[in-house]
Amino acid sequence: MNPSLQDGYGGYLTLAVLCLFAHEPWRWLGFALGRNLSADGEVFRWVRAVATALVAGLVAKLVFFPAGTLASVPLWVRGVAVLGAVLIYFAWRGSLAVGVGAAAGLIIALELARAVW
Amino acid sequence: MTVSTTSAWTAGATRFHAFGRGLGVMLTTPGVVLFLTAIGFGTLVRDAGLDLGHALFLSFAMYALPAQVMVVDQLQRGATLFAVAIAVTLTAVRLLPMTVSLQPYLRSSNGARWPQFFAVHFIAITAWIEGGRRLPTVPAPLRLAHFYGIGLGLMLSAGSGAALGFVAAGRLPLLVQAALLFMTPVYFLLSTLAGAVSRSDYLAIAGGAALAPVAHAVSPDLDLLIAGVVGGTVAYLAGKRPA
Repeated sequence: MNPSLQDGYGGYLTLAVLCLFAHEPWRWLGFALGRNLSADGEVFRWVRAVATALVAGLVAKLVFFPAGTLASVPLWVRGVAVLGAVLIYFAWRGSLAVGVGAAAGLIIALELARAVW
Repeated sequence: MTVSTTSAWTAGATRFHAFGRGLGVMLTTPGVVLFLTAIGFGTLVRDAGLDLGHALFLSFAMYALPAQVMVVDQLQRGATLFAVAIAVTLTAVRLLPMTVSLQPYLRSSNGARWPQFFAVHFIAITAWIEGGRRLPTVPAPLRLAHFYGIGLGLMLSAGSGAALGFVAAGRLPLLVQAALLFMTPVYFLLSTLAGAVSRSDYLAIAGGAALAPVAHAVSPDLDLLIAGVVGGTVAYLAGKRPA
């Protein structure tokens, strides 16, 4: 068990604290501020850019520095599979299901090809 | 899919109908994609050595896949709780403008405020897109019930996908597990690309992705914070300048 989750409640206390104090308040604040705010003001443009960059950073981290089982797949295979999935996604006129499925398929296909060679 | 989630609303429709039609959204493409991505999340939870209960708890209580993945990934890397909390809260800031933009529809029914308040828990990317698309066409008194249906249905997609991923991961070959794990970042990448409209959106995607590896080398604990704040601010400022 991860040391951060040894809270005496099987990790659930830690996760509940994260949900209640780090995540959910932004929904509450949006509800409280409600109609006094315009959803496309300058502050929100910045918030949107930061959140987008953060998720893109998470993507890069998960693809280039995966922590677990995915690390057993070589870096170049992960890179080719991401590029391939993006190309297939756009070629398929923006179908998320096709793009996500292609990513999984490419990983398996490339790894099997590597094993055969 | 043949589920009638887009046809016109009849005069006799009740809140119960509105709720049911909302639930049906889980069977449309966005619900199915969420389900597939949640399989990757469930696989990740097992890969990180956590329990099925943790996967379900995060799916229901947090209910936003990027933050859920971030929590599990950071814990797997042994990050401090402080770093996890900062990264989670930064991904969650985007829920604020999303809530603001959807709430005129949630408030449009008369009645107690607490059902409107609890409805904001369902605001996450998929439910927000589907709500924003569908609620304007729903008669005002039925909108809240419809959104509860959308939110609960998508929560079922996310929870059942996570459970399936967790259970299946233990029985599948490592290569298939790796492929399932890989679906999550690709889904996030494609959905942010799909949602990008302005120059600053594209710059933020490129900036965040390019900065994260650099920031990872400097500070593995706060790399996402750095990539998000620096990459996002630069993208915002560059996007403001007239092209």
